[in-house]
Amino acid sequence: MSAVTGFPARAEGLADRMAGFIAHLRMNGLALGPAETAAALAALAQVRATDTAEARRALKVVLVPDAEGWRRFDDLFDGYWFNTGRTARRDTPAHVRVQSAKPALWQAHLGEDGPDGGQDGDSSPDDDGTGEAEGTEGRLIATRTEALSRRDLRDLMDEDSLRAAERVARDLARAIRDRRSRRRKRALRGQEPDMRRLMRASLARGGEPLDLPRRSRPDRPVRIVALCDVSGSMTVVSRVFLAFLKGLIGADLRAEAYLFHTRLMRITDALRDRDTLRAAGRLSLMAEGFGGGTDIGGALRAFNQGYGARALNGRTVVLILSDGYCTGPPEAVAEGLARLRRRARRIVWLTPLPGWRDHAPVARAMAAARPHLDAVLPANTIAALAALEQDLARL
Amino acid sequence: MTTPQDKLAADLAATGYVADETLVMALHLARTLGRPLLLEGPAGVGKTEIARALSEVLKTRLIRLQCYEGLDAGHAIYEWNYQRQLLAIRAEGTGEEALFSEKYLLQRPLLEAIRQEVPPVLLIDEIDRADEEFEAYLLEILSEFQITIPELGTISARSRPLVILTANGTRDLSDALRRRCLYAYVDYPDRDTELAILSRRAPGIEARLARQVIGVVQELRREDLEKKPGIAEMLDWAAALSGLGINDLAAEPAQVQATLVCLLKTAADRDALPPEVLARLLGKVA
Repeated sequence: MSAVTGFPARAEGLADRMAGFIAHLRMNGLALGPAETAAALAALAQVRATDTAEARRALKVVLVPDAEGWRRFDDLFDGYWFNTGRTARRDTPAHVRVQSAKPALWQAHLGEDGPDGGQDGDSSPDDDGTGEAEGTEGRLIATRTEALSRRDLRDLMDEDSLRAAERVARDLARAIRDRRSRRRKRALRGQEPDMRRLMRASLARGGEPLDLPRRSRPDRPVRIVALCDVSGSMTVVSRVFLAFLKGLIGADLRAEAYLFHTRLMRITDALRDRDTLRAAGRLSLMAEGFGGGTDIGGALRAFNQGYGARALNGRTVVLILSDGYCTGPPEAVAEGLARLRRRARRIVWLTPLPGWRDHAPVARAMAAARPHLDAVLPANTIAALAALEQDLARL
Repeated sequence: MTTPQDKLAADLAATGYVADETLVMALHLARTLGRPLLLEGPAGVGKTEIARALSEVLKTRLIRLQCYEGLDAGHAIYEWNYQRQLLAIRAEGTGEEALFSEKYLLQRPLLEAIRQEVPPVLLIDEIDRADEEFEAYLLEILSEFQITIPELGTISARSRPLVILTANGTRDLSDALRRRCLYAYVDYPDRDTELAILSRRAPGIEARLARQVIGVVQELRREDLEKKPGIAEMLDWAAALSGLGINDLAAEPAQVQATLVCLLKTAADRDALPPEVLARLLGKVA
């Protein structure tokens, strides 16, 4: 920290080093261009650039674009100007480091929830509805399942029913998405007169408004955010639901999809990948931990605190695909939904168990969730999914 | 040696706004570089207040545009006064030239801001509530500082307003807007800053009470609440306490519990803070 970076002799002057600093930030994920380099130099000219603290504050204000960068900037600044992390950067380019960091995350996760994944989809369908999603066997089983779940996800890419699910999802996405704006634009057949054009047109006739130009509300699409439960109890339907998510994502560029079991992950980019094989690969990387327990409340909380701010707005419909089996307390589910509710336009719960009312553990979570939902709709078959179109169009 | 920033900080403090160093730097650069400043941070940390304080320091007007969903050009920039236009045509047979003139133009905040002789402070509040279309329009105005009205022609800025945008994170702002602006993240103030704010705003308050109030509020923000108390809430609470003649929080827990209505604004938060929890917080502070 104390040692100031020794720059090579060819790096001449402040401008050159500043360009290097910008490149350093860019490599660490900040979107900066040559214009920012100029702005940074202009800013330094306005302050005492020899005062480290002052220069740091000035550069921070000019170069950071968002809250995330705001948190990271100080470390990046030290990393470049004060020699920390510089050697590490020389050894491995930043993008490689990010990739190699990923497996560590998943391993940490496996370590935490290790024995969870006790079954795979084909061999134990009776797990659906028994409420014993948590495997009790040891770690060996978990490793075996991990391999299986990877293969399963690849297999599912070429089945007819999955294509059907995808198609249905695309229709649904359209039904949800097509909405009207609140602003008005000129239109041939609108509900109200366009005053500005009316004045204009009436001038030619001495102020008599003979023509009535109109305006109306143009289309304003609604964004879809889908949260899909992939815990043990959902194993049987989760492949169909995954295909469903893919359809949703494919139909709309703004749609977002997330998976959750005991934690939450964003899979939008993986699903949007045109290369099917690579998408499957990316998904199965995320799939470790499939078929374990569920913590719906925790997942909602993670969503609200993390992705929520970015993904939600007043024009968002949130779809939750889950059976409602939950290891966490029902209150956590209710609380998460209540928070979600304030940010999103509608929340719809799609359940693969239409008869959930009879089943106690589900009933508790769902009863807690119900007041915060706009609708609970059945989604146990593809036909049922297709039938949702009417309901969703009305939301 | 006093730098321009130090002077700005002192001036802001004189108007009752205590800003941290990074924020002062952001304001200083926004002024000298002539770039808009985007402020983000949780609700209630005084983002809007900065604009007011700054306009006071610069002794200029504060023009405010509150954004909302569906905000359009007619409300943000200009609109014609159709009723007067209609009347003018019928009563006087006014021609086109006269009809689309200054007389019938209703100025909205953005147009008003660029037509001032003295550069005003233009506050665009909660920009994330307006939708993407408006953001694009705003970008154009912020880079060109001119507005085109088809009937009147292009109106260029007489002076460049100092633009401050605030956002709460309702929606993610476009990268283009972020790149155009300087950025500062305003967080809840730390203990000392908040104490300075309180003593500035409520000079009469007793030192011990002030310390306790800040302590409790800072602890409260660490609790898992739906709406964390902001600075305005803290000031309200302090005013309520000193108004009730309470000098020591620990001495009158019942009264303190009753005054929590100043800090906790939802039913869930009120339930989350029963007397026992409050007692624990007070214990930590005292």
